[in-house]
Amino acid sequence: MTARKSERLLNLLITLLVSRTYVTKERLRTVVEAYREAGDEAFEKMFERDKEELRSLGVPIEVGFLDRAFEDEPGYRIERSAFELPDIDLTPEEAAVIGLAARVWQHAGLAAATSDALVKLKAAGVSVDRAALSVVQPQLSAEEPAFDPLWHATRTRTPVTFGYRTSSATRAATRHLQPWGVVSSRGRWYVVGHDTDRGAPRVFRLSRVQGDVLLDGPAGSFEVPAGTVLREVTRSLAPPPADRTAEVLARPGTAHGLRRHAQPATGPDPRPAGWDRLSVTYGAGDAFADEVLGYGADVVVLAPDEVRDSVLRRLREVAGAQEAAS
Amino acid sequence: MSGAREQVSRLLALVPYIQARSEVSLEQAATDFGVRPEQIAKDLNVLWFCGLPGLGMGDLIDVDMEALEGEGVIRVSNADYLSRPLRLDSSEASALIVALRALREGSDDDVRPIVDRTLRKLEAAAGDGAALAAQVEIRLPEQQSRVDELRERLTGAVTAKRQVKLDYYVPTRDESTARVVDPLRVVSADGNTYLDAYCHLAEDQRLFRLDRISSAQVLDSPVDRHAGLQPRDLAAGIFQPSGEELLVTLRLDRSARWVAEYYPVERSRDERGGGLTVWLRIGDPALLTRLMLRLGASAELLEPAGLAEEVRTVARQALRNYG
Repeated sequence: MTARKSERLLNLLITLLVSRTYVTKERLRTVVEAYREAGDEAFEKMFERDKEELRSLGVPIEVGFLDRAFEDEPGYRIERSAFELPDIDLTPEEAAVIGLAARVWQHAGLAAATSDALVKLKAAGVSVDRAALSVVQPQLSAEEPAFDPLWHATRTRTPVTFGYRTSSATRAATRHLQPWGVVSSRGRWYVVGHDTDRGAPRVFRLSRVQGDVLLDGPAGSFEVPAGTVLREVTRSLAPPPADRTAEVLARPGTAHGLRRHAQPATGPDPRPAGWDRLSVTYGAGDAFADEVLGYGADVVVLAPDEVRDSVLRRLREVAGAQEAAS
Repeated sequence: MSGAREQVSRLLALVPYIQARSEVSLEQAATDFGVRPEQIAKDLNVLWFCGLPGLGMGDLIDVDMEALEGEGVIRVSNADYLSRPLRLDSSEASALIVALRALREGSDDDVRPIVDRTLRKLEAAAGDGAALAAQVEIRLPEQQSRVDELRERLTGAVTAKRQVKLDYYVPTRDESTARVVDPLRVVSADGNTYLDAYCHLAEDQRLFRLDRISSAQVLDSPVDRHAGLQPRDLAAGIFQPSGEELLVTLRLDRSARWVAEYYPVERSRDERGGGLTVWLRIGDPALLTRLMLRLGASAELLEPAGLAEEVRTVARQALRNYG
């Protein structure tokens, strides 16, 4: 059964591909054996289904008229240039890169899509020998349930609506979004787009999407504004570069985590009694103050004031709670 | 996907694949297509009845059945019109291009130009199909290439069933310890990669986050047998209570509600003004002290009272350092 149908689909495809002109249904019925044997109604149904099945594989079937003067019966054809993968000439190293890339996705659907792409490239004559290149492979996973529907909506430019809970909100709010793209940052997925409720671009973390992502309009019903660069829109997701330096004191034998991005400080009095003096690089002041606070009484910030003040304020708040309690 | 649709999809690649190579062994084709050799043989049988319209003599695709059945070698002729595979569709092109970008992010100066050239060629060949790739952005953590390298080494140790000596940093106790482990598997969850292993120091199964491993040395010694030891099921998340954790009650201000997302909360209650009271389990009191100092006035430790006192003591000691 499968073989008979495959045969029919392939013969239909070849007929449409080799023809220079549009092929009418009548003509198809005479050249494809299974169509010839079917009754009128059965043929119509079979042909419609076959056409859709080929299209779903990505086969571009065009509809047109044999003769512009007689627009009575449409014909079909497959334009070779739209059907075939163009030439792609890869060096062995480049082919190895493709082979490695095909193993990056840990997400079932996208892993399947990359394997399908790889099969097509092999069919185009590319020989993949991963060993030709010594590269450590990254892995991309997408465990968030909202990933699949949002990837699809991004692909088809379909507006969506979903429940979303920010960390400071008590319950999920319904949001409406024209998704421009998806971003993976530090192992987490985000969707970026035009928030139609806020009338401005917004970034949403997929793990905070609650419940189902629903389609909220027809496919292709918005355009991503020209010149949109996702990296720019999502700049806030990236940690600031660690280009600042703080001076701290740490008790010897403590603050091992901090010492991973620190160096012994130079200059006067490098070792006050009972302390190590360190130069620490950091990016965001708040995050660095958080880190310092984690070491309790084992670390003291000397500079900059911004971090020192932030640490002192919170220590006073916590210590002050004692006065209030006693 | 129906069987026929899948088969036609495969044939549209198989016919050009064979023609590009003049002949291919059945085994090799099966490997390249990720199916069993019997499936490829079945696919080739379909071709037997396919060809140019009319299917007269000389119109049919010619599959050398003798070579196939005899030597297990595939030869196909009379199919010039199927000499190229179908174009990449948008999901194939974008999945591959995004994967290449991830590879690019993690590669060094020697490999990056090769990845760039590959990307350019692939984008050119994919045409419109590549458009979606512009809508995907991959930002790997700074330490990613080190983690990737560790993952490969540790995965190798899992396969070879070798013990590994780790230097591991434990943030809650702020210490780095050397330990020998029997690796079970390497697994990703919640955006991090972990080694699931039996730890001879803890004498128990442990998860080690790869970005906290400062060194990993694969030893010659084989792993010990551990009866009944199973890789952890991480479907429910990384944190699995052992029952020995401390039950803690915290009152969080609106600005500290994020705590409920990062720590395993047993239950929570919304408070007036946007605050939240949470009951959570914490394995190590030191972790709680760190958290409370960070939160400052935006959180209050309600239970256990003894620990609340300890947190205040630490804060007072730290304040004294500032004079």
